[in-house]
Amino acid sequence: MTGILSLITFAPALGAALLLALRAGRPASVGGDGTARWIALVTSLVTLGLCVLLMMRFDAANPGFQFVEDIPWFAGIHYRMGVDGISILFVFLTAFLTPICIAASWTSVDQRVTSYMVAFLLLETLVIGVFCALDLVLFYTFFEFGLAPMFLIIGIWGGKRRVYAAFKFFLYTLLGSVLMLAAVLAMIGASGTSSIPDLMAFRFEPWMQTWLWLAFFASFAVKMPMWPVHTWLPDAHVEAPTAGSVILAGILLKMGGYGFLRFSLPMFPDASQAFAPLVFALSAIAIIYTSLVAFRQTDIKKLIAYSSVAHMGFVTMGIFSFNAIGVQGAIFQMLSHGVISGALFLCVGVVYDRMHTREIAFYGGLVKRMPVFAAVFLLFTMGNVGLPGTSGFVGEIMTLTGVYFSSTWTAVAASTGVILSAVYALSLYRRVVLGEMTNPALAEITDMNLREMLIFAPLVIATLWLGFQPGLIFNVTASSVDGLLDAFRTAVGH
Amino acid sequence: MTAQALLLIIVFGPLAGALIAGLFGSRLGALASQAVTTGLLVLSAVLSWVVFAQWTWGGLEPFTLTLAPFIHVGEFISNWSIRLDGLSAVMLVVVTTVSALVHVYSWGYMAEDPSRPRFFAYLSLFTFAMLALVTAADFMQLFFGWEGVGLASYLLIGFWHHKDSANAAAIKAFVVNRVGDFGFALGIMTVFWMFGSIQFADVFSHIDEIAGSKWRFIGYDWSAVDLACGLLFIGAMGKSAQFFLHTWLPDAMEGPTPVSALIHAATMVTAGVYMVCLLSPLFEVAPVARDIVTVIGAVTALFAATVGLAQNDIKRVIAYSTCSQLGYMFFAAGVGAYQAAMFHLFTHAFFKALLFLGAGSVIHGMHHEQDMRRMGGLWRYLPVTYAVMTIGTLAITGFGIPGLHLGLSGFYSKDTIIEAAWAAANTHGGVAAFAFLVSLMAAGLTAFYSWRLAFMTFHGTPKWAGEGAHGHDDPAHAHDDHAHDDHGHGHGAHTPHESPVSMLGPIVILSLGALAAGYVFVDKFVGEGRDAFWRGAIVNGPANKVLEHAHHAPTWVLWAPLVVSAIGFATAWYVYIANEGMGARLAARKGPVWSLLYNKWFFDELYQATFVRGARLLGDLFWKVGDQKIIDGLGPDGVSAVSYALGRRTGQLQTGYLYHYAFVMLLGVAGLLTFALWAWRA
Repeated sequence: MTGILSLITFAPALGAALLLALRAGRPASVGGDGTARWIALVTSLVTLGLCVLLMMRFDAANPGFQFVEDIPWFAGIHYRMGVDGISILFVFLTAFLTPICIAASWTSVDQRVTSYMVAFLLLETLVIGVFCALDLVLFYTFFEFGLAPMFLIIGIWGGKRRVYAAFKFFLYTLLGSVLMLAAVLAMIGASGTSSIPDLMAFRFEPWMQTWLWLAFFASFAVKMPMWPVHTWLPDAHVEAPTAGSVILAGILLKMGGYGFLRFSLPMFPDASQAFAPLVFALSAIAIIYTSLVAFRQTDIKKLIAYSSVAHMGFVTMGIFSFNAIGVQGAIFQMLSHGVISGALFLCVGVVYDRMHTREIAFYGGLVKRMPVFAAVFLLFTMGNVGLPGTSGFVGEIMTLTGVYFSSTWTAVAASTGVILSAVYALSLYRRVVLGEMTNPALAEITDMNLREMLIFAPLVIATLWLGFQPGLIFNVTASSVDGLLDAFRTAVGH
Repeated sequence: MTAQALLLIIVFGPLAGALIAGLFGSRLGALASQAVTTGLLVLSAVLSWVVFAQWTWGGLEPFTLTLAPFIHVGEFISNWSIRLDGLSAVMLVVVTTVSALVHVYSWGYMAEDPSRPRFFAYLSLFTFAMLALVTAADFMQLFFGWEGVGLASYLLIGFWHHKDSANAAAIKAFVVNRVGDFGFALGIMTVFWMFGSIQFADVFSHIDEIAGSKWRFIGYDWSAVDLACGLLFIGAMGKSAQFFLHTWLPDAMEGPTPVSALIHAATMVTAGVYMVCLLSPLFEVAPVARDIVTVIGAVTALFAATVGLAQNDIKRVIAYSTCSQLGYMFFAAGVGAYQAAMFHLFTHAFFKALLFLGAGSVIHGMHHEQDMRRMGGLWRYLPVTYAVMTIGTLAITGFGIPGLHLGLSGFYSKDTIIEAAWAAANTHGGVAAFAFLVSLMAAGLTAFYSWRLAFMTFHGTPKWAGEGAHGHDDPAHAHDDHAHDDHGHGHGAHTPHESPVSMLGPIVILSLGALAAGYVFVDKFVGEGRDAFWRGAIVNGPANKVLEHAHHAPTWVLWAPLVVSAIGFATAWYVYIANEGMGARLAARKGPVWSLLYNKWFFDELYQATFVRGARLLGDLFWKVGDQKIIDGLGPDGVSAVSYALGRRTGQLQTGYLYHYAFVMLLGVAGLLTFALWAWRA
């Protein structure tokens, strides 16, 4: 099976190359959109198929890296790939969401279709690369270049203020990246290696850990995003096309959480422990603050974007609880949020495609004409609220339980999130779906069509299945998380 | 069939019905959806009685059926399971019986509603969640059922989703319950880290090691088990609408009346009582938490009863009555008489469901009128409803003759609670004495508001349209009281009519329970046979002799409830029969006491002014000042301002510019990387 990771990583890029080659043969203005869509969809489905194969061959009992590929590259840097129980599920999530995004863009994107599909496939390659890379420089390359397609997706296919949003997104993340780059250099300088497994075993001096931790934190905190560096996210979401939001919320945000798990905890354990109170404070603030802000939003997408920030607060505090329940819960929460928030943005897309507005006040009473949509939206609203039986619950209760052990204050503050999420999510649902249909513009609105139902079906199944059988994920993550925490405890001397 | 197999059918039958009606209802049609859900529920109820009979008389042993893993992370182990013991056996019959009867009743009550498949699917879904709650073997499944019934409640309160008042009430119910669940969740976390398990059996077997120890929580050292029980009780307060968290229950009457009977009277709202009784091994070693339970329960019993005095909406009166009766159950558990709490839960399910369904029959017969001021003299037109409502009223007021030990069901359960409170007051004094005092006062008030309801509705002169004047003395608050079940009729000058058999049948069956459930089961639940009946499901500590002492209460304690109830009855008779119109005149004066009660002690206004407004203000502050002014303004200020200026200009140009920017960005990153590598090599 050696080489399967490279195959999965670069399969989408191959599809993108094929799209570009086909376009090169004819003027950009002439047709070919349908072909482009199908090529992109098939490519992403093949990638998903390969990921299924990967999951089947993965040995969950082995805490280490598997399917490792190691080719010396240049200047002592290796092209080194591999996955463990923590990263493989993010690879899978990426491969799972990309075909959904492409299908969701089927009719809503009608400008520069080929470029759009190329951007999406490249994005998939780069994101999967982030989760597979076992070399610091390789990781950094994927991590930073992953910004570019997203930047373009927002900047070209976005809404009215897309340029502002794209720049805000770009500037925020670049700020973190520069600091991270400095840290990468310092790490290689100090340890003499860029291999992630080797760096995980390397002990940096405590003072150095502090600086490195802060530099990585700057980058990951922006990506998550954590309070107070979250303000780019609502703008980016509002301007991004639907599928862009799905990838942004579903996957790109998870790169921050993954980074904490892959770098901060194993490589800077002392600093992680020292800074845990800071992370707890920021997480608790994020949960309360952004939930209240979400409550007051008038734009559906902005509301969901703010709720994403709140949900990521559970992730960060879970990771820094340093116990298996919190960390496993955090990973679960990331994956669950990837599905649920992705689905919520797709729900917004369903009504946006029909009415071309995301103003909450424009809607109301949709259930009358769109019963299927109402049911689907309700399910994901409940997932967002963390109702038991949906995957949203498991992540919340596990991260809360985990953090309780480290800080009861944080657990109490964060638990208010279960109240506040009900407030904003149910009031959104009420204003959009329930009540009398008073806006005459909605009188002829149609319910979800077959294509849309097919797009939502896997997300519905995933939300409920993981809600009732979270072991599907915990069984994969358990041994790697235990290994991570054992090493962490040894390092900090517990 | 084995009891295990029966339980599988009991629990999953309603789920199957919910899924069939919910997913395929529009294709199957209303009749098929009703038939499937009702059929499965009746089956479930019959089998529940079989299991209950095996438990009570057949010597069935307690067992736990583990079906599948739920969450397994380290020691945090939860399974999907079905636990059968004395408590769950009681709850099974309560839940499935009332649910089956409500399903049948809804054939008539909801006959004109176009969304019947959805309605029946929700009802069955609720039943499944409630059964998952009562058969849980660990805290996670308990919480699953707990929030699952909350979801069903939300969906059913807001069933008529075109009504804004219904949608508001649904959200209010969910959010207030979430406030309780905030405490509940923290309680579960506390239990987990304290005991290293969330399995009931594991937790109970380690109590001796934890009892008496301290637990650090938000900076203080707390008595460990008291803290855990206190937090869990917050959850019970939410679900069972206890003082402070009660405000959602009266509003929940926006839902169709069968829903009020099933969820907001007989089953879901009793989940909090059930939880406290289930956790009796914990509460027995948590004296402070038990005192809190006692006080909250007693205050609720009295408070809700006072509010019930002044309400004019027939359903709201019964809702406050429910709130008050739940208070009785809680302080019973608080003084250590868990068995009495469960007994009252059991009998209350019958007579309160009876009262609600009877009220539904009145509303139906009155063409969707809920204001009692526009009723009167209905006994002539709804004789069956009148008869069963009278039984229900006698049952809730606890009518019976102490000397003969003979009475309706409420007599046995409520008087046991009052006697238990007396016994606890006698030995411990303190909050138990308060509870005893309250229990007698509330019993008098219960008699007054219950008979007031009966008199205003069935007796006196008719006041409905076409039969005399409207008793419309308070137009300012009229909208409050006009929360009609709204499905189609306007109100005209129809003559009230008796309900169809599909509605009367279930009420008559419930009236049998209201008559006899106390007499039949008093020995099993709280009498000499109680230890054999509960078989360890309820634990009384060695010092807890409250039920023994209760059985030796002096004569005056036995007769006191009857005396105060008689006073309540007489007062109601004086105000609403002998001097008809006196009640309306008292209300019209709008005295301070009346205003306080009529406006429910102004809790809604208080919460609106503090929590709701506070959340809005804070949300706006964080958004418009925090995010937009401070973070965006100060944080990335320079770059942001520059980019905004750029953005505004380039926004009007071709987006091709973006390629340039992206290209520059990539060049920059590549350049930095190259430099970095070079620097490292050197």
